[in-house]
Amino acid sequence: MELPRPNPMVLERRAEIVARLKEALPADTVIDDPRGLVAYECDALTAYRCPPLAVVLPRSTDEVAAALRICHAMDVPVVPRGAGTSLAGGSLPTADAVVIGVARLTEVLETDYADRIIRLQTGRTNLSVTGAVEADGFFYAPDPSSQLACAISGNIGMNSGGAHCLKYGVTTNNLLGVTMVLMDGTVVEIGGAYMDAGDLDLLSVICGSEGQLGIVTEATLRILPKPEGARPVLMGFDSSRVAGACVSDIIEAGVLPVAIEFMDRPCIRACEAFAHAGYPDVEALLIIEVEGSPAEIDHQLRLIREIAERHAPEVIRESTSAEESAAIWLGRKSAFGAMGQINDYMCLDGTIPVTELPLVLERIGELSAQYGLGVANVFHAGDGNMHPLILFDANKPGDLELCEQMGADILRLCVEVGGCLTGEHGVGVEKRDLMTVQFSREDLEAQLKVKDVFDPKWLLNAAKVFPLAVTEGRRP
Amino acid sequence: MKTNFTDAQLADPGIARANEILRACVHCGFCTATCPSYQVLGDELDSPRGRIYLIKDMLESGRPADAETVRHVDRCLGCLACMTTCPSGVHYMHLVDHARAHIERTWDRPWQERILRGALARILPYPGRFRWAMLGAKIARPFRRLVPDARARAMLDMAKAPIAAPSRLDEPQVHKAQGSRRGRVVLMTGCAQKALDADINAATIRLLTRLGIEVAIPKGEGCCGALVHHMGREEEAKRFAAHNICAWMAEIEGLDAIVINTSGCGTTVKDYGHIFRNDPLAEAAAEISAKAKDITEFLATLDLPAPERSGMRVAYHAACSLQHGQKVTAAPQTLLQAAGYEVATPSDPHLCCGSAGTYNLMQPEIAGELGRRKAASLEAVKPEAIAAGNIGCMAQIGERTGVPVVHTVELLDWAWGGPRPAKLGNSG
Ligand SMILES: Cc1cc2nc3c(=O)[nH]c(=O)nc-3n(C[C@H](O)[C@H](O)[C@H](O)COP(=O)(O)OP(=O)(O)OC[C@H]3O[C@@H](n4cnc5c(N)ncnc54)[C@H](O)[C@@H]3O)c2cc1C
Ligand code: SF4
Ligand code: SF4
Ligand code: SF4
Repeated sequence: MELPRPNPMVLERRAEIVARLKEALPADTVIDDPRGLVAYECDALTAYRCPPLAVVLPRSTDEVAAALRICHAMDVPVVPRGAGTSLAGGSLPTADAVVIGVARLTEVLETDYADRIIRLQTGRTNLSVTGAVEADGFFYAPDPSSQLACAISGNIGMNSGGAHCLKYGVTTNNLLGVTMVLMDGTVVEIGGAYMDAGDLDLLSVICGSEGQLGIVTEATLRILPKPEGARPVLMGFDSSRVAGACVSDIIEAGVLPVAIEFMDRPCIRACEAFAHAGYPDVEALLIIEVEGSPAEIDHQLRLIREIAERHAPEVIRESTSAEESAAIWLGRKSAFGAMGQINDYMCLDGTIPVTELPLVLERIGELSAQYGLGVANVFHAGDGNMHPLILFDANKPGDLELCEQMGADILRLCVEVGGCLTGEHGVGVEKRDLMTVQFSREDLEAQLKVKDVFDPKWLLNAAKVFPLAVTEGRRP
Repeated sequence: MKTNFTDAQLADPGIARANEILRACVHCGFCTATCPSYQVLGDELDSPRGRIYLIKDMLESGRPADAETVRHVDRCLGCLACMTTCPSGVHYMHLVDHARAHIERTWDRPWQERILRGALARILPYPGRFRWAMLGAKIARPFRRLVPDARARAMLDMAKAPIAAPSRLDEPQVHKAQGSRRGRVVLMTGCAQKALDADINAATIRLLTRLGIEVAIPKGEGCCGALVHHMGREEEAKRFAAHNICAWMAEIEGLDAIVINTSGCGTTVKDYGHIFRNDPLAEAAAEISAKAKDITEFLATLDLPAPERSGMRVAYHAACSLQHGQKVTAAPQTLLQAAGYEVATPSDPHLCCGSAGTYNLMQPEIAGELGRRKAASLEAVKPEAIAAGNIGCMAQIGERTGVPVVHTVELLDWAWGGPRPAKLGNSG
């Protein structure tokens, strides 16, 4: 992975840039100590690292605007950052960039249960949105596995999904409005506390724009009343292929559980060690959750069991208590972290038609043998959103490059079978150079023109999403 | 995460352990969400993930500590919430211990700080000196406005607490079991704790002996060493620990447990095995660590009588050292319930109260903010009393609320035949 050459004119003026930021903002808002900057050199994709020029941690939309105005005037690139949990290098800095992080913007500004909305500052973590309304019987539906830590700002940046998005949709389906600061410091309001804007649907353009159009500081989100009940069931199979076929059949039959999650043996063991959820030790495990009244739950589970029985599962076990359900989900949501106990890994994110699951899982197994790198699988199976984790040794020279090649092959495979490069983690730098596999030059040009409008100087997170060759000439 | 240590660096067992820990971290950021200092300050450098990164950089380069790294490591409460949260099993405690020792070795603190830290290390672990210092501070307190350093003011404020007279019960002796003997334990009487509050050990001894447990207080036991250990003063810490190991090994025959009722100390005693892993005392230290039990952990192994009273609503504050350091989470609450209390849990129960050993003295602003938040969340569940298993938390919370704060064991002793805790006052 290559980063653009830092702009020497910006590097030369570093002292002046920092001085102007410090002049405009409170003292503890600007970080420029080289030791401190090192800790901001990457997000959750640690294979790629680069300390920024400075970090700014504002406490208000006004402070964000003040910082952006200075960067705009001095032609300094900016990388927006939420909680830095991106797995695609979305918040990876460049050496000439100022990172603007919104982690201190955590206030809830308004809740309206009649209209079912919450308005808040976007540095607030995903799980604490639900935390703010759950005592009153509501929740915020999109639930990335990183929901404990990731911020709404990053969720909007990446249009993040999660286990329960099979039923409730991803971020874009639950986002009603934003306050966003443009690169020149202008503050704009887009959308609002209602479902559909009368004008051009800019909100859908902003959601998933990976910090390239503006810095989102406030958001209005849809909240929902908690379902009457929910129950996960564990189903173990003797091969990934069979489990994949079972998922495909469930979806085809038109049954819609709220979540269908898949884990294979390496992940099952790692998660069990952390969460003690009582997962069976099998080759492939599905966690299927259904919601509703007890009668609805029983009915749906009966249909799902009937389909599953055709695939000769080794185990079927329903959760019997709220504690057990919580442990089952804690384990699943900790999967990426828990795998760290075992190995370094690179987490991929591609989406395929659900019917192709068995084939793709088999092909990934073959690629694994071919490259000599292990693979663990854990993913949102109901959506066909795959997350193969390629296992490698980060301290062994050459292993990362091998891992990158294998990752590219897997993502090409996803596109080949009719899927796409990313399901929910975004393109970032990780899949940037593969965009040409999926999009023609004309397609890409149309996307670039959108950015031209919002950020004519191409200062916002410009090293991401599009292959560098494609953006050459636009970037300063 | 990838690390960059040379083979020569890795030959040092301390660095080898640090490398093992760093390699397990996947930089997922989960731990940031439950870190109290990050909740207050909002800068990743004040979060576990940021500190891990600062420490990694410092150790890899092999350079002396620097102001920036020291500032952020110093702001860590050592509450270990990050270890509970981390799905990858990153042993932050051993990493930060190593970093603190490295800082202590290679960083010259400004003179005011050196004096403060030196004074704390020479006073707090010794109950006699601590009582005198408290008395001195009481005399100086009216002049606190004249003291320029917030940390020194915080020390004077500590003297608001009453000084407990030395208790005869805490002297070396054996407290015989009542009735037939069901077991035998050593009680670690603590250092700062008995200077601040003699009732906790008294309640512990009463309750245990009433339940048929013989309680030995061996000659020669003293401070567990935690206090200086957290300042990075490794050698001093080991000296304290070695004393205890020797004193307790003399009692080890037929011993059921070393009972500890200050959970901060408990966490450290349970880590003696690790601290002495490359030392001639390794085996004895590991044996002592294995025998160390929090008082509630030990009580939970006994057959307990039916409660004699019921109804009082108690908010339980889980001390970090107990819930994160020792992973003792259920026992205190189930015991309180078994003893007839109605137990309420505050919101954000995983967050530290800000006391954290000497943290409230060294970082009064952050500690104050955390204390305020903790007291508010406890009061919100409308308790008649607040229970905690650690004297530090009791003092920190007690200063910020009108609700009486008692040690869990005092409530248990009361419920099972002991006197009403004096801290609850006379009403009711
Ligand atoms: C263990 C683990 C599990 C994960 N599981 C899931 C999952 O199940 N589903 C899923 O979708 N993702 C998942 N992710 C990926 C990641 O958590 C999401 O992409 C998340 O939304 C990132 O949020 P963040 O706040 O950390 O954003 P960051 O990583 O800080 O940034 C993400 C992107 O958003 C941009 N951005 C950040 N803030 C702003 C802002 N204020 N304005 C404009 N742009 C901004 C950044 O520039 C960047 O491009 C997981 C990550 C980890 C480490
Ligand atoms: S939760 Fe664990 S693995 Fe994740 S960043 Fe924190 S210490 Fe590292
Ligand atoms: S020990 Fe506590 S304060 Fe220190 S990094 Fe971990 S969670 Fe934060
Ligand atoms: S004083 Fe209390 S809550 Fe606080 S660190 Fe110690 S144990 Fe934590």
